[in-house]
Amino acid sequence: MNVTRDFTGRARVHNPGLPPGQYDAGDDWPVLSAEVTPDLTAADWSFRVDGLVERPRAWDWDEARALPGSEYAGDIHCVTSWSKFGVRFGGVSLDAFLDVVRPLPTATHAVAYAHTGYTTNLPLADLTGGRAWIAFEYGGRPLPPEHGGPARLLVPHLYFWKSAKWIAGIRLLDHDEPGFWEQNGYHARGNPWREQRYAGD
Amino acid sequence: MTETSTPRTRFAVPGRIAVSNRAAARWQTATLTEIRRETPRAASFRFAVPAWAGHLPGQHLMLRLTAPDGYTAQRHYSISSAPDDSGHLELTLDHVDGGEVSGWFHTRARPGDEVAVRGPLSGFFAWPGDRPALLVGAGSGVVPLMSMVRLHRARGLTVPLRLLVSARSPEELIYAREYGAETLPVFTREAPPGVPVGRLAAAHLAPVLAERPAGGWEAYVCGSNAFAEHASRLLVAAGQPVDRIRIERFG
Repeated sequence: MNVTRDFTGRARVHNPGLPPGQYDAGDDWPVLSAEVTPDLTAADWSFRVDGLVERPRAWDWDEARALPGSEYAGDIHCVTSWSKFGVRFGGVSLDAFLDVVRPLPTATHAVAYAHTGYTTNLPLADLTGGRAWIAFEYGGRPLPPEHGGPARLLVPHLYFWKSAKWIAGIRLLDHDEPGFWEQNGYHARGNPWREQRYAGD
Repeated sequence: MTETSTPRTRFAVPGRIAVSNRAAARWQTATLTEIRRETPRAASFRFAVPAWAGHLPGQHLMLRLTAPDGYTAQRHYSISSAPDDSGHLELTLDHVDGGEVSGWFHTRARPGDEVAVRGPLSGFFAWPGDRPALLVGAGSGVVPLMSMVRLHRARGLTVPLRLLVSARSPEELIYAREYGAETLPVFTREAPPGVPVGRLAAAHLAPVLAERPAGGWEAYVCGSNAFAEHASRLLVAAGQPVDRIRIERFG
């Protein structure tokens, strides 16, 4: 593409943590969700892991909070071009849940779904090995409802639409199955470093 | 589809509106042809995009500016024009304080300038003109809704369409000259003589929701997150089904 006449961009320092096409949102944390924020309290919340697993099960709030805690401190990246540096989420590693249900060898992918009905698909490998969390806290405080509280999925190495708010469950599959935004033209995986924004990228 | 895999949940996300995403992956050159001031802070920018695949009202695009050293800045913007076959489209941009891209548009851009666009993107917020539409917007949140109003008018559609638009003052009401009987403006800081000042309230929505068109309203809410939360809660409280509310939030 040609240079845009008279455009220089804001003063920039090279930030190796900024994926291509992204900008630093600073203190802002834009809210992006397509649906009405649900009235979902901790008492209403539950989280289920099933599909291709040995022992499907569901956790209520107290049961999930009783699992060993795990923090994520790092960056997040939204497909709408903002990135946010040095954020801190508190929760439970998804590995802790998967250790209980024991995925079958045939499980290759997952669909994460929210209490609103929102869905998003992920390769199982993106959810294991300490790369995904069920997050309950942000910056040491309960996760605000508009950001997915009381609990959201957190998969910070992928674009943030994969980190389903108001997470209700994860179903393990032997195939990939597009979720809500993926059916609306977004990329199946969404790796920010490869700029996998839309189908075809 | 996820129907086979995803259990029923308490809340529902509205179904998608099918659109082609073939064009979304490709950057195209858009040539600025016209700038129209709308309010002291907002202006409309018309572009020629000869190979534009067309869009549905409510869809957005991604726009990219490139600096001489290769640095790029890209943002999503809603399309304000109704789809037509002229090879043109329009965006309406607020001048955001310190805005890197909107700042360029408001202080540097002139007809003949070229930028890169890709799209149209996302069918979720789209309105194909086939169902009664209750549009609720605030500030520049009215931009994608105006595309719907313009389509409704251009095609002479008879399907019911109502627009509730919130602005701080008459001076800041985008597209003020274009509204007709379908629109109710709500002013939050300053209003014309005889018009009450106040934020969008249940009383504004009640008469529209009471109309109950055949098939019911599909509600489209667009604005800041604070406005989107407020308006969507009012709609739910007034009986609008949660799975018939589509929200586009400006981050």
